[in-house]
Amino acid sequence: MSTSTSSTTPLLSLRGINKSFGAVHVLKGVDLDVWPGKVTALVGDNGAGKSTLIKGIAGIYSFDSGSYTFEGQQVEVTNPKQANALGIEVVYQDLALCDNLDVVQNLYLGREATSGVILDETLMERKATETLKGLSVRTLKSVRMKVSSLSGGQRQTVAIARAVLWNSKLVILDEPTAALGVAQTEQVLQLVRRLADAGLAVILISHNMNDVIRVADNVAALYLGQMAAQVPSESLSHGQIVELITAGRSGDLGLKAPDKEVVA
Amino acid sequence: MTTTTATPASETLEAGGLGGAVRDYVDRLRGGDTGSLPAVLGFLVLVILFSATSDVFSSKLNWANLLNQSAAYIFIAMGLVFVLLLGEIDLGAGYTAGTSAAIMGVVMTQKGYAWPIAVVACLVTGAVIGFTIGLLVARLGIPSFVVTLAYFLGLQGVLLLVIGEGGTIPIRDETILAVNNNNLTPLLGWALFVVVVGGYAAITFGNLARRRSAGLPTTAPAVVLAKIGTLGVLLGGATLLLNQERSVNPALNSLKGVPIIVPITIVFVVGLTFLLTRTSFGRHVYAVGGNAEAARRAGINVANIKITCFVIGSTLAAIGGILIASRDNSVSPTSGGSQTLLLSVAAAVIGGTSLFGGKGRVIDAVVGGLVIGVIYNGLPLITSKAGIQFVVTAGVLLLAASVDAIARRRAAASGR
Repeated sequence: MSTSTSSTTPLLSLRGINKSFGAVHVLKGVDLDVWPGKVTALVGDNGAGKSTLIKGIAGIYSFDSGSYTFEGQQVEVTNPKQANALGIEVVYQDLALCDNLDVVQNLYLGREATSGVILDETLMERKATETLKGLSVRTLKSVRMKVSSLSGGQRQTVAIARAVLWNSKLVILDEPTAALGVAQTEQVLQLVRRLADAGLAVILISHNMNDVIRVADNVAALYLGQMAAQVPSESLSHGQIVELITAGRSGDLGLKAPDKEVVA
Repeated sequence: MTTTTATPASETLEAGGLGGAVRDYVDRLRGGDTGSLPAVLGFLVLVILFSATSDVFSSKLNWANLLNQSAAYIFIAMGLVFVLLLGEIDLGAGYTAGTSAAIMGVVMTQKGYAWPIAVVACLVTGAVIGFTIGLLVARLGIPSFVVTLAYFLGLQGVLLLVIGEGGTIPIRDETILAVNNNNLTPLLGWALFVVVVGGYAAITFGNLARRRSAGLPTTAPAVVLAKIGTLGVLLGGATLLLNQERSVNPALNSLKGVPIIVPITIVFVVGLTFLLTRTSFGRHVYAVGGNAEAARRAGINVANIKITCFVIGSTLAAIGGILIASRDNSVSPTSGGSQTLLLSVAAAVIGGTSLFGGKGRVIDAVVGGLVIGVIYNGLPLITSKAGIQFVVTAGVLLLAASVDAIARRRAAASGR
């Protein structure tokens, strides 16, 4: 079904993942590979199982069956802490930032650096500045600005920076550009690209085909709980991705017609 | 206007020196981040108004009076700041103060234990009350408004039961009475002034040096100096005023010096401010008040933070109860009753703590408490009608809440 798109070994490899909620079989034998240094776009229509899949990867749900391999090791991820320990961070659509705190405070929320009982503000501010600089973020006037005074794109940047701050290896972005204007979308997409160029593995969930083609190295299309195809993005056209999302197949790609009937 | 060119590495924050800091401040005000400014303005207006209409108000004796009268409200309001920061409310705080004080009175006057044991009993009473409120709010998920409304009524009953119908418990212990009645010697008053201003200067310059050595943007030294200077002038003036003889008959009963309650309050303000601004716990309190869901996802135990804040709030209310008892020389069924709670909430809100959560400081309670103290102290001097006093107090609370709500709307509009 899926074809290998890289010579290096995948960072994350899922095989034959199944997940049901009661009688509803949401994920049916899903395979997914995610490589370091590459952006993997996860596309699919509403209800295709994207959210369930990433929540399973992040440890919010546990999969019913299938193998979960991270850095070549078979692992069991049953809660978010285990996923964080592996180096997996998720940036959710509703950004989960505190408006009344500043950028540094948000970046370190829940994991504050302290010396004794005292917060080490200088250390946190310096490292936050370095991280943002490392991501080539120049739109922030000061790292001591309150998040409430930031634009949507800047907030998204902070949320992504927070995921990167912890030496994470895999960053999962849930529709990072959904609520953004043109210029801000551009900023965030460039940031996503830089994350991958810095060697991180990125899973990008998006409904925007232009974003996917612009920034993704390969595309994984879910169709009614099945992985229709995972292929390099350069081999795909806009139309083909849409066909994979809406019909589960496009030419020779995707699910075979009989499969599709079984599904339907 | 001074401009600093010392650290070219940092292009922001420092750029404008004193002038820049003033411009920043004006921008912040426009954006709805008013801080304590309305309270300070209100304080000045009220002082001028009452001084013009009453000779007694601006007398030396009355200034010290004002501090002692405000103290209980300030302590209860400091506790409420912790609860308000979460976006919760504690309507029972007034009677928490009364009930805790009554327990102190029973242990000390009726059972004959020494004052430290009585004070511990009082604080434990407050902490237990706060803990149970916290459990009901955070674990069971009942709105704090409902829980504490029940406590408001319930504790009023408990207070009556502890004291007995119509009775009062006299407080005769010298130490407890001294807390909210006696004064420091003038020399100690000046020592306190030196310690406070010197300590503030040392801390701010220490921070400045640390940030500079770490290569981070710093506030201009001129701004820091201006702040220290302002604090020095205000506190110096207050110490000078309070150190003068204010007794009507000095030969019989000399009365001068800074009230003892002032250093006690300063210790609590510094300690609690440290807790809120320099520790992870404080950071988490703000986070829970700002966005509880974000705090939860960041791995913060939201329920524990809430319970702890209610415990701190009620324990500080219990201290407020000690101050009321000390001032009144007794605990009665009305201790901590009538307007105490409303005035304390008003104090916190007037000072700049938001009713919507996530915004507020411990010092707000002090500034707001002094405003409330001025109203409470000054109104009876110009009118004897209790009705007018109630109406004015209610008006001030509504005004403060309106300023808070408007500031919040402006903040939303300007994205602050």
